[in-house]
Amino acid sequence: MIGNDHAEVEETLKRIQSHKGVIGTMVVNAEGIPIRTTLDNSTTVQYAGLLHQLTMKAKSTVRDIDPQNDLTFLRIRSKKHEIMVAPDKEYLLIVIQNPCE
Amino acid sequence: MEIVYVYVKKRSEFGKQCNFSDRQAELNIDIPPNPELAEQFVERNPVDTGIQCSTSMSEHEANTERFEMETRGVNHIEGGWPKDVNPLELEQTIRFRKKVEKDENYISAIMQLGSIMEHCIKQNNAIDIYQEYFDDEDAVEVMDEAPSAKTINVFRDPQEIKRPATHVSWHPDGNRKLAVAYSCLNFQRAPEGMSSESYIWDLENPNRPEITLKPSSPLVTLEYNPKDSHVLLAGCYNGQIACWDTRKGSLMAEMSTIEFSHRDPVYGTIWLQSKTGTECFSASTDGQVMWWDVRKLSEPTEVVVMDITKKQRLEHALGAISLEFEPTLPTKFMVGTEQGVVISCNRKGKTPAEKIVCTFSGHHGPIYALQRNPFYPKNFLTVGDWTARIWSEDSRESSIMWTKYHMAYLTDGAWSPVRPAVFFTTKMDGTLDIWDFVFKQCDPALSLKVCDEALFCLRVQDNGCFIACGSQLGTTTLLEVSNGLCTLQRNEKNTASAIFERETRREKILEARHREMRLKEKGKAEGRDDELRDEPPALNLEELVTKAEEEFFDIIFTELKRKEAEAMKKKPKPLKQPSQETDEEVQGEEEAEEERGDGEGEEGGGEESPALGGQP
Repeated sequence: MIGNDHAEVEETLKRIQSHKGVIGTMVVNAEGIPIRTTLDNSTTVQYAGLLHQLTMKAKSTVRDIDPQNDLTFLRIRSKKHEIMVAPDKEYLLIVIQNPCE
Repeated sequence: MEIVYVYVKKRSEFGKQCNFSDRQAELNIDIPPNPELAEQFVERNPVDTGIQCSTSMSEHEANTERFEMETRGVNHIEGGWPKDVNPLELEQTIRFRKKVEKDENYISAIMQLGSIMEHCIKQNNAIDIYQEYFDDEDAVEVMDEAPSAKTINVFRDPQEIKRPATHVSWHPDGNRKLAVAYSCLNFQRAPEGMSSESYIWDLENPNRPEITLKPSSPLVTLEYNPKDSHVLLAGCYNGQIACWDTRKGSLMAEMSTIEFSHRDPVYGTIWLQSKTGTECFSASTDGQVMWWDVRKLSEPTEVVVMDITKKQRLEHALGAISLEFEPTLPTKFMVGTEQGVVISCNRKGKTPAEKIVCTFSGHHGPIYALQRNPFYPKNFLTVGDWTARIWSEDSRESSIMWTKYHMAYLTDGAWSPVRPAVFFTTKMDGTLDIWDFVFKQCDPALSLKVCDEALFCLRVQDNGCFIACGSQLGTTTLLEVSNGLCTLQRNEKNTASAIFERETRREKILEARHREMRLKEKGKAEGRDDELRDEPPALNLEELVTKAEEEFFDIIFTELKRKEAEAMKKKPKPLKQPSQETDEEVQGEEEAEEERGDGEGEEGGGEESPALGGQP
């Protein structure tokens, strides 16, 4: 049922957020509207806008090189943390994690 | 000469019409070619003339108009909200969000993405996939190459009677030439008709020596003047010093007088650093070290006798076989002697006694090579008997590092001028060893058999790449070592100096311990003496004698018993029960051993006591 699934979704997101090192999680739709987020609004909006463009670019790059290929995951490692983007047709799941070092 | 043609015309005929008439050709003047003039010219053949046969081109420059660029950032604030939703109103946004969350697509998408995401998160937590393992070390390219050396050229003695090559010296500029001294060092065994010539070879031409030096007596050592590459200094077999100028020819420019020269072959000659560049000094097995000025070789400027009792007595002098001088320490020099002692001397000492500073002993035989480490002059290498040793000036009683005893005698050794941890040694079996003690301490890093006969001398070129070694049959071999051995490794200086310091410290600690032990023993011996003195001096002679006799007989008896036990072991044993027998054997052995031990102890004690008994 939708209710159950909804609960599952909640549980999944909660589980992701509770992993070690995870700073923030957010779900963004194709228009850049943050659906679910654990960070504050301004940060979320910033991430949403920028990462959306980047994911699109990455996706188009992968497809340009091989049209039968598709982007499955995008990881951006920076000095301070790692931004992981899981793209979908309509939504983007973004997680910011501090990798264990 | 002027060519002139004169004609006469009357004044009244001026302006008159010219009537031309034909006439035969007349030879006015005939100038024959003068071949002598041709000698002022030189025929030029071929003649270079430039011609140009190409398309004519012109050069133009063009520049595009500048493309104006501007960098701007875009700030994404809230956007993308559908028209009916006002982003500022919280209620509307929340409602919108809730609506999206109910969407089927949303749910399935999130489930799927969630699982992928979790995988990556767990991955991150499990291991840092971007960890740099070898951050600190740069790629060590040189270590891949095994050390190697190859022979490039061989210079053979052109004489029929082959003489050993006793000394090699590289030309100071450019290292294109090698000066090799040939002489037979076996005492009075120089064959008849052996030539006393020595040669300067050009590296490009191994067939014929470039310059021949003709002294009156064979040369034992030969050195180029590092400041003036035309001047060579040589020490002769008969003890004289000779000086050559290669511009002047193959006869020597100067020679020292026999009366004031050495009495034995001159084994070491080195140029000194001086403003005039003409000072040098020499050492010989007659025990003297003499300083000379090559402009006036009739008399040495100074003589020092290598007498370690500091009394300058020739009878006690040690024969010098190698000489060492480092331009960076101009007041000090070192002499390696035949007796295996290195004497460190100070040039500036006022009295001859002050000249000799200290000695280092450790070799069993003559020290054939002596050289300071070019990077760490406090440490020096000595080569003699069957080992090569490295010493530190601070540690006087023993060397800080040494190689194992080889099967063949070591004849010469030298440090590499480029790498502080590398040195070369040559042996009597014709092998050249290259040691790198940063790489391996027990064995040479590379051991090459250069020739079948013994190698007598070795010289490394200033860039550390080429080595020239001279052999017993006068063959000088030129080798090139691999890159790894002649390029300074990263950190090598620090490693080498750390090794030197560590070994020096170890030796110092050992020395200190030895000193302590010796002091303790002395203390003990003195203590014993005191005890004996405490004993009643009334022990008269007879009692002492009887005591000595008793001890003597005890020792004899124990020896006899031991011999019997041994004899019993050797005798064929009667067939007793094997276990008993073996027990007895074992016991017998043990007893014999004990007795032997006791016997020895007693013997030692016995030896001591009569001596003590002898003292009042």
